[in-house]
Amino acid sequence: MNIIVCIKQVPDTNEVKIDPVKGTLIREGVPSIINPDDKNALEEALRIKDMYKDVKVTVISMGPPQAEVALVEAVAMGADEAYLLTDRVFAGSDTYATSTALAAGIRYIGDYDLIFCGRQAIDGDTAQVGPQLAERLGIPQITYVEELKIEGRKVIAKRALEDGYFIIESNMPVLLTAIKELNQPRYPSIKGIYEGFKGDRIKILSAKDVNVDEKTVGLNASPTNVLRSFTPPTKSKQLEFLEGSPKEQARDLIVRLKEENII
Amino acid sequence: MDFQLTREQEMVRKVIREFAEKEVKPIAAEIDKTGRFPRENVEKMAKCHMMGIPIPAEYGGAGGDDIAYVIAVEELSKVCATTGIILSAHTSLACWPILKYGTEEQKRKYLIPLAKGEKLGAFALTEPNAGTDAAAQQTTAVLKGDSYILDGSKIFITNGGEADVYIVFAMTDRSKGHKGISAFIVEKDAPGFSIGKIEDKMGIRGSSTAELIFRDCVVPKENLLGEEGQGFKIAMSTLDGGRIGVAAQALGIAEGALEETIKYLKERQQFGRPLAKFQGLQWMVADMHMEIEAAKLLVYRAAYNKMKGLPYNKEAAMAKLFASKTAMNVTTQCVQLHGGYGFTKDYPVERMMRDAKITEIYEGTSQVQQMVIASNILK
Repeated sequence: MNIIVCIKQVPDTNEVKIDPVKGTLIREGVPSIINPDDKNALEEALRIKDMYKDVKVTVISMGPPQAEVALVEAVAMGADEAYLLTDRVFAGSDTYATSTALAAGIRYIGDYDLIFCGRQAIDGDTAQVGPQLAERLGIPQITYVEELKIEGRKVIAKRALEDGYFIIESNMPVLLTAIKELNQPRYPSIKGIYEGFKGDRIKILSAKDVNVDEKTVGLNASPTNVLRSFTPPTKSKQLEFLEGSPKEQARDLIVRLKEENII
Repeated sequence: MDFQLTREQEMVRKVIREFAEKEVKPIAAEIDKTGRFPRENVEKMAKCHMMGIPIPAEYGGAGGDDIAYVIAVEELSKVCATTGIILSAHTSLACWPILKYGTEEQKRKYLIPLAKGEKLGAFALTEPNAGTDAAAQQTTAVLKGDSYILDGSKIFITNGGEADVYIVFAMTDRSKGHKGISAFIVEKDAPGFSIGKIEDKMGIRGSSTAELIFRDCVVPKENLLGEEGQGFKIAMSTLDGGRIGVAAQALGIAEGALEETIKYLKERQQFGRPLAKFQGLQWMVADMHMEIEAAKLLVYRAAYNKMKGLPYNKEAAMAKLFASKTAMNVTTQCVQLHGGYGFTKDYPVERMMRDAKITEIYEGTSQVQQMVIASNILK
């Protein structure tokens, strides 16, 4: 069985600070990580590899050359092969153009039975690339997967909803997007880190290599317009202790709640 | 000159920091309280190939380097000094001498499972009457037919009782003094080998510190490590590397305590503002940070020398002496900065202060390190 996992290198938003004046992310000096949902996607592929014979896990990412580190980490977790789609013509791609590039990369890699993506990336939160990719490849998709079973050439997935779930069956090939409830990602192995950084373990692909029309990727092929980005106002929590006898405190509380139109 | 870590070392730090935070930190207080050996930590570390970081992949290790190994001990010790020393004693004191002095057969039989973390290792030199005076070994080994017969006892053995493979030192020819000492690889179930008293310690309480007893203990002849009479040299060169591990442990303890304290100073309000705003306390923090950075340079430098095949006897001694002193000083001040809370078990700094003390004692006391440094420069 061939499994392809799409991953994205993102800034660790736990470490990101926001420029209070410009309202933009301060990315300088922020460590890069594999997008958390993508790690769950990779873990699921590796779990399948642990359970069945002859499973090959291939990881692909589109990004700048330094995204190689994310692929090394994926190899250190146990992926067999890793490809980095990197080319200046990809720069500025939105989800629409990214899925075009990834689809070309996946066609280049060849046969697949399963494609895993993370639900969404923490730096964009769109949750669009997975579904778009399935459309471009012409295969079924199951999003928000929180449980997965493999039966022969069939997958049975539990698809999480806000207030319930679907159980969905699909034949292979199928694209699945993972949520964090799906599994607990393993740690990269130290041995794997040293192997991952060795020579040509990460294969680099350009737009030409994967046969993608340069006009269909990059900023100019991206219909998304960012009109404005802003930081949601933080709700300041103020704690105040009421004083006086219990009776006075109760009266004071009622008055305050009425003032705030709460009661 | 380059102070940049390699990409591999950077990633090792990232992975082990996450591992330490998620897997080790949550049980650190509990194993300190109960004195329970954290077997689950060893199993989890083995899964991530952390039990043989600087050992070549062909011998079951990660194929990493000495600086990455030091980073691992440092990151683990930031949250749990017990776990730091379990890894350090296993890697530096058990795996390394087999890699350096073992026969190909010994490496296949013992080093591979040790470096893979399938087995745990320990190093047994200290005896009741042979501490700093390590040459005064009373344990004896006599060759009888195809086996050596060991008699005697060892004390204060880290990982003792938990380890599967022990590097044991014994006198094979008393007339030759320290040149009559030999080293042996002893398996835990060797006939005549048993575990005695388990120490109840002030710090690193989850680490097992045990007495080993050898009564007509039968060790196959092929388990002699190196040659007869080479034992003292094996012990001393092994301890040179071990000291880098302990120095990394001390460095981690100091860093962990300061991290906790910085968090506390920013949160704790007195006189209407956080403690971090008081200049007198800022000065203490500045000095501690500087001492930690100085210790870090000494520790990494010693590991660098070892990695590059340069002499590291003096460098390891300086790293251990300075880092352990820093750990003791920093943790004591961190308890002070926490005030009354620092003296309670609600905060981890009191544990770190207790853990720090041993780094000035084991694998050569601070005074031994001074002897080593002086002997190098007064040659």
